Amino acid sequence: MAIFNLNINGKKQQVDVDPATPMLWVLRDHLNLVGTKYGCGIAQCGACTIHFGDTAIRSCQLPVSSVGDKAITTIEGLSEKGDHPLQKAWLQHDVAQCGYCQAGQIMNAAALLKSKPHPGDADIEAAMNGNLCRCATYVRIKAAIKTAAGI
Amino acid sequence: MSSIKTSYSRRSFLKATALAGGGMMLSFSWLAGCKPSPEEVLALPKEWFELNSYIKIGENGIVTLLAPNPEFGQNVKTSLPMLLAEELGIDWKNVIVEQADFFPQRFERQFTGGSTAMNRAWKPLRTAGATARQMLINAASQSWKVPAGEITTEDGVLYHKSSGKKAGYGEMASKAAKLPVPKDAPLKKVSDFKVIGNSKKNVEGLNIVTGKPLFTLDYKQPGMLIAMIAHPPAFGLTVKSVDDSAARSMPGIKDVFTVRTLADDYERNGFDTTSFTELVVIVGNTTWEVMNAKKTLKIEWEKTPEATITVSGRGGKETVKIPSGLESTERHKAMMAEMAKKPAKVLRKDGDPDGAFKKAAKVIERTYTAPFLAHNTMEPRNCFAHVTADTAEIYGPIQAPEFIIQTLAARLGMPKEKIHIRLARMGGGFGQRAYGHHLVEAAVISQKINAPVKLVYSREDDMTYGIYRPTYMATYKAALDENNNLVAYHVKAGGIPEGPIGWSQNRFPAGAVDNYLAEEWKLDSNITIGAFRAPRSNFLGGAEQSFMDEVAELAGKDPIEFRLELLERAKNKPVGKDNDYDADRYAGVIKLVKEKSNWSQANNSVHRGVAAYFCHNTYVAEVIDLVMQQNKPVIQKVYAAVDCGVVVNPDAATNMGEGAITDGIGNALYGEMIFKDGAPQKNNFDTYRMVRHSEAPKSIEVHFVKNEHDPTGLGEPLFPPIFGALANALHKATGKRLYQQPFGKQLESTTPLG
Repeated sequence: MAIFNLNINGKKQQVDVDPATPMLWVLRDHLNLVGTKYGCGIAQCGACTIHFGDTAIRSCQLPVSSVGDKAITTIEGLSEKGDHPLQKAWLQHDVAQCGYCQAGQIMNAAALLKSKPHPGDADIEAAMNGNLCRCATYVRIKAAIKTAAGI
Repeated sequence: MSSIKTSYSRRSFLKATALAGGGMMLSFSWLAGCKPSPEEVLALPKEWFELNSYIKIGENGIVTLLAPNPEFGQNVKTSLPMLLAEELGIDWKNVIVEQADFFPQRFERQFTGGSTAMNRAWKPLRTAGATARQMLINAASQSWKVPAGEITTEDGVLYHKSSGKKAGYGEMASKAAKLPVPKDAPLKKVSDFKVIGNSKKNVEGLNIVTGKPLFTLDYKQPGMLIAMIAHPPAFGLTVKSVDDSAARSMPGIKDVFTVRTLADDYERNGFDTTSFTELVVIVGNTTWEVMNAKKTLKIEWEKTPEATITVSGRGGKETVKIPSGLESTERHKAMMAEMAKKPAKVLRKDGDPDGAFKKAAKVIERTYTAPFLAHNTMEPRNCFAHVTADTAEIYGPIQAPEFIIQTLAARLGMPKEKIHIRLARMGGGFGQRAYGHHLVEAAVISQKINAPVKLVYSREDDMTYGIYRPTYMATYKAALDENNNLVAYHVKAGGIPEGPIGWSQNRFPAGAVDNYLAEEWKLDSNITIGAFRAPRSNFLGGAEQSFMDEVAELAGKDPIEFRLELLERAKNKPVGKDNDYDADRYAGVIKLVKEKSNWSQANNSVHRGVAAYFCHNTYVAEVIDLVMQQNKPVIQKVYAAVDCGVVVNPDAATNMGEGAITDGIGNALYGEMIFKDGAPQKNNFDTYRMVRHSEAPKSIEVHFVKNEHDPTGLGEPLFPPIFGALANALHKATGKRLYQQPFGKQLESTTPLG
């Protein structure tokens, strides 16, 4: 076990955990930030996507020991009132069915729009291909991303 | 709690106030937390008045509607309360929706599955709304001393127009709650609907996009431990011995033990499927600690002997043989091919199929196969349980609580009334969550360690646990006369461990062919199976509709016109008595998809396939437009025409249809679980291919037939025909017919035509 001082959603957080613990479980079990979801544990589904700095990353593959003081953003910290353009677009298109994967989808899309504010269809497909949705709401996810991007 | 054991009439939910009173509501919110916070949106009243099980009205006019059914993405938490709101006559913006706990004395049929939720709630929930409205009218009638018949309502306000009196529902709620329950409150005409038929957003939308805790995997409470299981790595194995010495000394680990979750002689119900009744359990403080320690367990497994279990299912009580041995996909294929040659059980026979085939001008025979499929809901199985000497609190993803509570009661040795099941939003269900043994496992673990516990399956545990869609095979044979009329039709189908026809032998094209034969066989297996989005239909829809396309081609007819001709025949001169479809409605969706897709206009830039299927009392026709790029289909467009009666929440219904279509395309191309020596050969998304963003259709149009029929199924019926439409479009694209799912494997070795 070891103490880690983390910078999560703009707040300092301290945890005492095994250094190998993936951020996914630090967030979920230790910090009660459960919007980040467990889906596969091997970076194949994207349900655990968070931002590490400005980069979308699979938190199931990010050991807490490698985080340092770099800013981490989770779905809970994407916006203060749930009014990030993507969150608003998701509601406008009523994207979710079961809803389990959607936080990961939104976090991944948010990183895409940061690096490419006006993505084309192929950009969206390539960037989002690692995020599975078993309800298969892909058509709406793409539409919502375009709405948020003002396309 | 003892009062709820009293027997209640079927419509007892309308009298819940008088019988149960406020005390019942206390037990209702036994497990608090995880709820949306409506107070952020609406000003909460000082007091709630309960008009019946589903409806509470505050003195300020805010209305709480209870959503009775478990939600796993098909929108029942939004669309079922819409039925209540419609008949109650309130403005949707003043509504708070609350998920009901499992409480059969208060709520009718808290089951979500078989695309039945809306159909079965249609009358009871509207009646609950209309009855509450009538009680409010009666209260106003007494207060104002005017005849009830002169009082009208609009958007939560009562009016007596001739005297100019008016009052909000909140003002009359206290009085109304004490009045007798009126009988036969009138229901609105479909043409008068204001809420139903007007899209309402998902009531959990904001909670979903902001990552609020909505699922049981997100749930925690003080003192709660985490448990994981190790189940046998193969079907046909059980625990022999466990060396847990390394695990026990790892940080955070509390206990390791083996549990028996179900006695061998327990008489199971139809949803009592469990793959492994003996499990190694590891309990600790956090998920990561338990996951790590689990890897150090050294477990020896041994083969299980042949067994028999008794199951009381839909067809009555039956004894099911569970063979011993380690099965493989390769062997399954050989056994199915062998079975297909043997005589099978005749499910329906019209005319003289043998004679007709002998006399036919043209005969065509084709065999279709499909593999086992894993559900792979994004949320793996999990469940919170806290079992004490007196009570059991259970909070887990479950589509069919009414079934698993029987097993919980038997296994815990506790009366059902002492078991409280709270209904979680599920991270997907697709039929798998109708089988609730993860609830039993969590409860048994909690009972054993005497602490609140959350059982968590890893993805690998979940994917290899079983309860798969069965593997199927079907051989279709059709005969045409010299005028290319379909004169005989024979389907002989089977599967492991159940056949795909089941109860659907009376479906089209039965009724449209003079000589018809449906036969079925099955092979025992120790691999467990369960409902998977449109059970059985999910294979038949693809196989039959691919075959139909090929028969139409043999007849030299357009595939849509060929189907319409047959349906015309079924309408005008039906063969047999028990045909379970309405030929006009069937033809209606085919004509609608023909129109919407501009089928008649040649379009050389895409390859098109069509299919139509009827299941869950809903008619669906679908057209796929695709092009091939590097031997892979790119789905440009899908058109769907659907007749499911009244569409309650149109945009959500469209979303469900889009999902079913994309899900179907994914399963048709990639879905497959294979076995070797009893062991599932895929255990995570690196090996089990799921449809991804880039493979989804670029665009989907879902068109609903407008009529006033009672609503029928929606979550499943758009799924089966897409398998057929895809196969038929791929035939156009590649020149080859695809008979074996998943199609993706075959496409890799196919040379595209364009």
